[in-house]
Amino acid sequence: MRWLIDYILEYLKSDLTPGGAGNLFWITVYILLVFVGLSVAVICMNWLERKILAHMQVRLGPMRVGPHGLLQPIADALKLLLKEDIMPAEADAVVFWVAPFIVVLAAFTVFVVVPFGPTHAITDMNIGILFMLGVSSLSVLGIVTAGWASNSHYPLIGALRSSAQMVSYEVAMGLAVISVILMTSLNAEGTGTLSMIGIVQAQQAQHTWFVFKFFPLGLIGFFIFAVAMVAETNRAPFDLPEAESELTAGFHTEYSGFRWSLFFLAEYSAMIAVSSIAVTLWLGGWLRPFPSFHGPEVAIPYFWPPADPSAPKGVLDLVFALFPGITFLFLGAMCFYNTARMPKHPLLKIQTIGLAGFGAVLALIGLILFVPPVRDRVGDIFWFAAKVAAFMYLYIWYRGTFPRYRFDQLMKVGWKILLPTGLVLLILTAGAGFLEDPVKEWLKHVL
Amino acid sequence: MIIGGILVITRKNAVHSAMALITTLLAQAGIYLMLYAPFVAGVQIILYAGGIMVLFLFVIMLISIERNMKERQFNKQWLVGIAAAAALGGLFIAVYTKGKSLFPEGRLNFGEAQNTQGVAALLYDQHQGMYMFSFEIASLLLLVAIIGAVVMAKKRI
Repeated sequence: MRWLIDYILEYLKSDLTPGGAGNLFWITVYILLVFVGLSVAVICMNWLERKILAHMQVRLGPMRVGPHGLLQPIADALKLLLKEDIMPAEADAVVFWVAPFIVVLAAFTVFVVVPFGPTHAITDMNIGILFMLGVSSLSVLGIVTAGWASNSHYPLIGALRSSAQMVSYEVAMGLAVISVILMTSLNAEGTGTLSMIGIVQAQQAQHTWFVFKFFPLGLIGFFIFAVAMVAETNRAPFDLPEAESELTAGFHTEYSGFRWSLFFLAEYSAMIAVSSIAVTLWLGGWLRPFPSFHGPEVAIPYFWPPADPSAPKGVLDLVFALFPGITFLFLGAMCFYNTARMPKHPLLKIQTIGLAGFGAVLALIGLILFVPPVRDRVGDIFWFAAKVAAFMYLYIWYRGTFPRYRFDQLMKVGWKILLPTGLVLLILTAGAGFLEDPVKEWLKHVL
Repeated sequence: MIIGGILVITRKNAVHSAMALITTLLAQAGIYLMLYAPFVAGVQIILYAGGIMVLFLFVIMLISIERNMKERQFNKQWLVGIAAAAALGGLFIAVYTKGKSLFPEGRLNFGEAQNTQGVAALLYDQHQGMYMFSFEIASLLLLVAIIGAVVMAKKRI
């Protein structure tokens, strides 16, 4: 048994990802953590989407199930599990059964390379971004087979439209990604990297998030990817294949109960996955805002963990390190405020107590995040998750704001607008990267 | 990969064959990984399994093949087929037993971490880059195929 404990503790001394270190125990732990975290994130997204959409439409959203509808996703999950599982009469049973699994598989396998921190990824392949793009293109297969296997015309049309849309916007996504990979190669050796952790480290080494590099080229690339990723996941305003008033839910019309919840899970996981790609490639991954400004040195010896003596100790580091704790304390304070605002009805007593308890849990998490060792390890994950959460809010905002694209307009945007822009962007980025050093030399002489 | 290949040719339903072909291609990507070529494996998944097979499935699903499925399958060339398969099998066994001596140039030895750079070096590098011409010819072939398809399928203007 001693060797088991040694095996487990041996990884904690290395500075590689568990896949890189080959430590099976920690690989399994990380996989379970990512899986559980993703499921919790999808559940939160369900609640957040309904609440935020409702508030944008000047109504309240779910309020009855738990305090402010917090238990609504659990009620939804229970309902989906208990629903009758129907299969259309002439449907191909094997393919019908297998289609949701392909989509879920593609959506979840992508998270193997997502970097939550410099060593906080399940593994770091040197073809990380290629792997992510490839596996997410496998979900198109699942959608096409789902539409076909339902053996009814609405799903078939929905599946064909959806897959045509996804394939078109993959091209634009790929071009935007290539321009970023090009930017990673602007270092001393002249070699870039496809690994996700390498891309964030390139941003750290070049002291700028790639969205701000070669202004406005990084911004345009980011914009192309942001539009293409919304179209890739079939979300508003590109959700013609699954819009209810158009095609009665498109390719997942004939799926009910648990199978439909698999599609739902896969859709939200795919949203989080492409948002992770956008955050890693353009917004600097796990880096805090202004990662290379440290401010004046601050002498607070015992606040800073001794584990990393070479870590910069500026004022801005300390300020930004307090952010995770302050965020959770703020969320807890909002819960307490809403507890005080709850109407004083005897039937609402349990809900009030529940909300206060939830606020207490959030505040406790906030207090734990002030402890220096925890803050050190979790800080990177917090910044990454905060940026992905901002993208999720943008997704919901788009759904509440923009009208739906008609299908021919959708294809026109994908092929006639995004693709040429991506190509020109690629050429301009290559030119800018080529001219970067000579222009800097010239500026040094002139100024 | 072998099971996938057998399933491709023995299934009556064309969609089942296409799904089996997808598993075969994914298994081939795994074989590329075992040969220390992660870049080729990634590109195989993106292009072949995620692009070409989608188009296969489009065609299969949009053309109704119900009638063909119900007809009796017959094939008059089974004798020639057995002879060709036996010849191919004999060739495989001969290469397997003879081994490395058949390829005196040896194989290119790039480490796994260098595969992407290795492919780029073979294409673009000044001293190692000998495959640029064949690369351009291959893309010209693809262009000819696309133009041919467009010409054959367009309506009269």
